[in-house]
Amino acid sequence: MKAIEQLGRNTIDRIVGVGEAAQLLARTLFLLPSWRGVGLFIDQMFRVGVLSLLIIVVSGLFIGLVLGLQGYTILVDYGSEQALGTMVALTLVRELGPVVTALLFAGRAGSALTAEIGLMKATEQLASMEMIGVDPLRRVIAPRLWAGIVSMPMLALIFSSVGILGGKFVGVDWLGVYDGSFWGNMQNNVQFLNDIVNGVIKSVVFGVVCTWIAVYQGYACMPTSAGISTATTRTVVYSSLAVLGLDFVLTAVMFGGLS
Amino acid sequence: MRARTTELSVGLLVIFAAAALFFLAMKVSGLTQTVSGEGYLLKAHFQNVGGLTTRAKVTMSGVTIGRVTNIYLDPKRLDAVVEMQINKDVNEINSDAAASILTAGLLGEKYIGITLGAEDTFLKNGDEIELTQSSLVLEDLIGKFLFNKATEPTAAAPATDANSGGF
Repeated sequence: MKAIEQLGRNTIDRIVGVGEAAQLLARTLFLLPSWRGVGLFIDQMFRVGVLSLLIIVVSGLFIGLVLGLQGYTILVDYGSEQALGTMVALTLVRELGPVVTALLFAGRAGSALTAEIGLMKATEQLASMEMIGVDPLRRVIAPRLWAGIVSMPMLALIFSSVGILGGKFVGVDWLGVYDGSFWGNMQNNVQFLNDIVNGVIKSVVFGVVCTWIAVYQGYACMPTSAGISTATTRTVVYSSLAVLGLDFVLTAVMFGGLS
Repeated sequence: MRARTTELSVGLLVIFAAAALFFLAMKVSGLTQTVSGEGYLLKAHFQNVGGLTTRAKVTMSGVTIGRVTNIYLDPKRLDAVVEMQINKDVNEINSDAAASILTAGLLGEKYIGITLGAEDTFLKNGDEIELTQSSLVLEDLIGKFLFNKATEPTAAAPATDANSGGF
């Protein structure tokens, strides 16, 4: 009897949590913009976007290098190493760019957002803001959410570009794939609307989901040190799972031939 | 001062992202090649386009001079029509030029090769290339080869009748 009660309570808590999170998202997104908000937004762009740039560039480079190396060793068996450019570019632009960027983003920026907002809540900064008539949604949540949504596609684009250059470095400069067929086949097979724009759409979705989870976990965490640590862990776990799951759904819709 | 460096670095991030998008659009997806293609359209009927895709190259003497823009089935003649866009600076293709579907390498991509004819009149926008040679389909080729192999012994069969039939 107790167990069933507990199960019911957990289920209701979960659903209430999802509802609260959706309310938070909707109320934040439909706030009217203001000049003060732009300044706060730029500050958050710096902390969320610019400071994530290094890890994005370095990971992009190494993933590109590995793709070039692995792709070459597989393709050369079939005598079709000219397809290396196509393979590297499509893999990065369609999948790895958005997904790995989102995973890194969840670890690098999402956890920081949760911890920051959680600590604000624990030290009752959010409550005192409300007391003096400042809307914490407008002042704290909205700039962070928008910064995440805007910076994620930018970071994904940079990730893909650096990765393709890394693949080109290994494939063309190191292993000796012919330069012209590397770029030429890539240009023949990568389509701007189908591949690159869809990749950007993916990363916008991931940006919304990752920052939303991070912000909500911070906003709704238990205001204790243990609560903050749980919330931070949850941010990374939930974001990663949501990104990977959504990626499958989006890929099925975009490239899966379901129509 | 702090705010300025913040704004500066955010601006740099935006510039990097714009550069990345530009790079992906131009260098990776080859957007320029389709947009700048202010050329003219030629058509050709093929018996079999096996494996030719839109955006495939159209070449003359190995140099890319255009791109395949559309492939569809002619409802009356029931064969494939390939529409290709030729760069406008290549405007002297003879009216008896021939188009053939070729393969880059043994298993590579298909492309169209145009060989010049001898006429003095040149093809204009919307004209059709009359002489065409279809795609070489590997299965057909193997089929023909096997068929020839199979018929060879029977042609010579009456003389050596006793020896054949072991297979």
